[in-house]
Amino acid sequence: MPANAFNGRTDYGIGLGLRVPHYSHILEKKPVVGWFEIISENFMCDGGRPLEVLDRILEQYRVVQHGVSMYFGSADKPDREHLKRLKALVKRTNTPWLSDHLCWGSVDGTYTHDLLPMPYTLAAAKRTAAKIRRVRDFLEVPICVENVSSYAEFHVSEMTEWEFLSEVVERADCGILLDVNNIYVSSRNHGFNPYDYLNGVPHHRVGQMHIAGHTKFEKYLLDTHDHPVLDPVWKLYAEATRLCGVTATLLEWDDRIPSFDEVHDEALKANEFIADAKTARKKSPSPRSRAA
Amino acid sequence: MHRALVRPLAPGNRMQSRWTDGRPMADVVAEFIKPNDRLTAFDRLEIYNRMYWFRLIDSFYEDNPGLRAALGDRKFNQLAIAYLTKHPSRSFTLRNLCGQLETFIRREPRWTAPHTALALDIARFEWAQTVTFDEAMRPVLTAADFGRTDPSRLRLGLQPHVTLLALQHPVDTYVIAVKKRDSLRSEASNATTSARHAARTRKVARPRRERLWLAVHRVENRMYYKRLEAPAFKILVALRDGQPLVRAVAAAGRGVTPAQVQDWFALWMQLGWICRRK
Ligand SMILES: [Fe+2]
Repeated sequence: MPANAFNGRTDYGIGLGLRVPHYSHILEKKPVVGWFEIISENFMCDGGRPLEVLDRILEQYRVVQHGVSMYFGSADKPDREHLKRLKALVKRTNTPWLSDHLCWGSVDGTYTHDLLPMPYTLAAAKRTAAKIRRVRDFLEVPICVENVSSYAEFHVSEMTEWEFLSEVVERADCGILLDVNNIYVSSRNHGFNPYDYLNGVPHHRVGQMHIAGHTKFEKYLLDTHDHPVLDPVWKLYAEATRLCGVTATLLEWDDRIPSFDEVHDEALKANEFIADAKTARKKSPSPRSRAA
Repeated sequence: MHRALVRPLAPGNRMQSRWTDGRPMADVVAEFIKPNDRLTAFDRLEIYNRMYWFRLIDSFYEDNPGLRAALGDRKFNQLAIAYLTKHPSRSFTLRNLCGQLETFIRREPRWTAPHTALALDIARFEWAQTVTFDEAMRPVLTAADFGRTDPSRLRLGLQPHVTLLALQHPVDTYVIAVKKRDSLRSEASNATTSARHAARTRKVARPRRERLWLAVHRVENRMYYKRLEAPAFKILVALRDGQPLVRAVAAAGRGVTPAQVQDWFALWMQLGWICRRK
C-alpha cells in the first residue's frame, strides 16, 4: 500500500540498505536516494563511528529501521534492556515504521543469529501476535513483520505460511514487510505457488516490500542477497505491486557488495515493474489469481 | 530443534549422524521436520546446522586475525569450535561473541598451549578493539572542573572506549604486521602465481616476551594504540577503578616527579581520556 497506518502514512518509494562499503561514497557524493534502511542492531551501540555515520546520514536522508534480532516467534520475552536501546535509536532516527522478522532464533537468551522458520500453528500465531503488540506498545512506532526464506517445514504445522502470516498480522493488527524474494525462495523449496501466497495475504497491511537476489543450488534455493534480483522475482514483485499498490521498496544486497552505483541501478529497475503494475492495475483493478 | 542446530558439525561439515542418546539423527529429525521430493528431513536441518556454525566461525575469524596467525589455522579452528560450543552467543549482536574468550583461554589452556600466554595477550588486545570501536564517549573533563573540587575527593573517570592492557608481549606491533600481511595476501590474489605464493607463505614471527603497558583508544572515531610508561599506566588503572585523584597519583609509586604527572595529565586531557565519573 502506498501510504498506510503500517508505514506511518509515508510514501517513500525505492530505498537501499545502508552498508559499510558504501559509507564514504554516500557521505562524499551525496547521491539522490529515496531512503535508507538500516539494520537497527548495527547502531544500538553507545558511540563511535557507527553513530557518527548514522547522524551524518540522518542530516541528509530518510532512514527506516529494520531489525534482525527481535525474534517475534521465540518464546523468550522481549529483553527490557534491548527494547530500551531500540527505543533510543527509534528516537534518534525518527523512523516512521520499524520492521523485523516472523521467525524465531533465540532460546533462553542464547542467540542463533539466524531467522528460523516457525511451526504454523494457531497457538504460535497467538503468542507471536501478543509479542508484536507488546513490542509496538513499548516502542510507540508502527511495526511491519517480514516473511523469511526457509529450508524446512514442520509436521505440526496446521496451515500454510501465508495463512499463518495473515493470522499473526490480523491478531497483532500490524503491517507486513512483504519480501518477494523470500516468497519465491520458499515456494521453490517447499513446492507451493508463490502467486497463491501473494493472493492469500491482506494487501492493505503491506507497508513495505523487499527484493533481493538468491542462489540456486542443486536441490534448493538459498537466500544469499549477493546477486542482482532474478527475473521470476521481478515478475512476482510486479504482481505484488499490482495487488497492493506502489509500496516502499528496498533492495537487499548484503554480501559480495558491488559499487554503490551498481546497487542503486539494480534497485531503480523496480520502476519498470512498478510501471507495468500500474498499467495492469488500470486494466484489471480487482485482484486476480495467476499461475506461476 | 535448537539443540540439534547448535551441535558441532561432524568432519566434512556434515551434521552429526547420531543424536546425543545414540539414536540415528535421521530418525530424530524426521519426527519433527518434513522431507520434500529432493531433501530428507536430515538434509533440511543440516542446512541450518551448517549455516549456524559458518556464521559464528566467520565472526570469530573476523574478530581474531592476530590470534589465528599466532596459533596457526588448525589450532585456531579447534579453539573456535571449543569456545563457541561452551560460549554460544548470549547477545543480540555478534559484536559481543568474543567477550568471554579471555576467560575461556585461562580456564582451558590446552587449546592454545604452548602459546597460552601469548594467546591471552592477543585475545585481550583484539577484544579491546571491539570495545574501543563503538563504546561511549562521555563529556570530556575540562580544567575548570578540576578547580571546583578538593583533589583528595575528586574522582575522575576514564572514557569507556579506553581499554588499559598490561601485557607480556608486544602484540600491538605483531597484530599490525599480521593485518598488513593479510591485506597484501588479498591484493596478491589478483597477482601472478609467484607473487601469490610469496604472500601466502610469508610468516609473521611470533613476538618474544616483553612487558608492555598499552591503551587502546579512539580519537575522532579512529582507533589508536598508545604505549604507556608503567607508573602512568598505574595512575590510569586507579582512576578507572574509582580511586580519588590523590590516591590514584600515589599509585604511581616513588620516583615519579610532579612534572611527569602533570605532563601525563595534560596529554590525557588532550586525548579526551578523562571524563566525569558517572
Ligand atoms: Fe528481507
